[in-house]
Amino acid sequence: MSKLKILVVDDEPGIRSGITRILRNFVVSFAFMEEDFEFDILESETGEDAVKKLDSQSIDITLLDNKLPGIEGIEVLEYIKKNKIGTAVMMITSYASLDLAVKATKNGAFNFIPKPFTPQELRAAIESITKHLFLKRMTKKMHAEGKQIRFQFLSVLSHELKSPLNAIEGYLRIMQDKQVGVNIDDYEVMISRSMERIKGMRDLIIDLLDLTRIESGEKKQNLKDVNLVEIANLSIDTMEPMAIQKNVKIITDFPEQEIITADVNEIEIIFNNLLSNAIKYNKDDGEVYISLKKGNGEFKIIVRDTGIGMSEEDTLQLFKEFSRIRNEKTKSITGSGLGLSITQKILKLYNGKIEVKSEEDKGTEFTVTIPEK
Amino acid sequence: MTQGKKHILIVDDDIDFLTQVKICVEHAGYKVTTADCQKDGEKQIESFKPDLAIFDLMMEKDDSGFILSYKLKKKYPDVPVIIATAVTAETGMIFNLENESEHSWIKADKYLDKNLRPDQLKREISKLLDK
Repeated sequence: MSKLKILVVDDEPGIRSGITRILRNFVVSFAFMEEDFEFDILESETGEDAVKKLDSQSIDITLLDNKLPGIEGIEVLEYIKKNKIGTAVMMITSYASLDLAVKATKNGAFNFIPKPFTPQELRAAIESITKHLFLKRMTKKMHAEGKQIRFQFLSVLSHELKSPLNAIEGYLRIMQDKQVGVNIDDYEVMISRSMERIKGMRDLIIDLLDLTRIESGEKKQNLKDVNLVEIANLSIDTMEPMAIQKNVKIITDFPEQEIITADVNEIEIIFNNLLSNAIKYNKDDGEVYISLKKGNGEFKIIVRDTGIGMSEEDTLQLFKEFSRIRNEKTKSITGSGLGLSITQKILKLYNGKIEVKSEEDKGTEFTVTIPEK
Repeated sequence: MTQGKKHILIVDDDIDFLTQVKICVEHAGYKVTTADCQKDGEKQIESFKPDLAIFDLMMEKDDSGFILSYKLKKKYPDVPVIIATAVTAETGMIFNLENESEHSWIKADKYLDKNLRPDQLKREISKLLDK
């Protein structure tokens, strides 16, 4: 259990004692945090007194009212910014003062709590600020350990996992309250959407396991002589149901066989990712062209589609983790945003590379090159 | 009866969120029109005047919600706007209001986290409409 110090700056004694009462026995804990947080509350009646307290001791969170008898809250905030005092500031504002809100944000306020607020709103705000402080501390610590990228990854990941859960929870709640009818049939769309989101989540988890396996290096690559053509055909079989749904034709240009020394699973992941993208981002009745070649000491896999394509700007974002191209054409297409990043990581293990060419509304072509040895 | 109902425009590209908010808001006795992208949202703004609008922040663009809010306020300065967003400290994506041009986009009356419970959303809507 650790303690965070909160300074409440407000000239109204009622607000000060109210906040103290609400937060006295409040504990913040999150699943991913190693410890719980409790709060020690200090009070200041004026901005001048707040500045004195902020100077003399370390205060984690400052709840700052703007209208104060002497110097205003915004001036205290400016003082904090100028003197680089490490405290997270939450402004207590009225709804109407949008200008103040913008000005405060500019001066580094973490967020606002509008007055009047309920105990629940105050607790929620404190919870979010605590989480922020915790993450900031962890980030600092991990940065020192060179783990910052990993951490960002995990933050985005938790977000990606949360959004399907929110969607499903929302539907369940509607069903629980029987909001659109008493027959199960009334909820058919919601049920199938929930299934869809669960599937998306499962796909994400599978991708994640792939990624972890590659990155950890714990699981040894099982290198064997394998036939690329065989793996490609297996992948086509796997993706066929998806292709049939969109009436996409898969055209292959394969030699009899092409032997490579590699881990079957990894090569299969590459084919699966490229093929599923080529189908998903294709148009109905489109085509996918896939070819395999060996020459100049390297293997070349080309996957080309007749799909929606993308701008050059978008191709630059493509291989980043969780990057998904968002536009009107892609809004109904689901994906984890990890597939190409995984593909690229695998290829690195083989000193290989992946390149992309694309034209909007015409299609996309991925070229994978793996050196023979 | 529908004549007396306040009309709320909801724009979000997450169809699950859109469906759920629609049900919630209709349940609270409002008339709802939805759009599932910024472009469609712009068309709706052209076609009618809502009593309140709820926009998702990130749609086609990272700031689609701000753009819609700006366009709506330009046409109808009195219509309150709620921006619903999943942008939080947790994802490391926080509003960055460093430059002036970004300030000019901040034209919403209320920012809400997408995790909001239905009763909280209803309360925020009626607060804004009662003003």
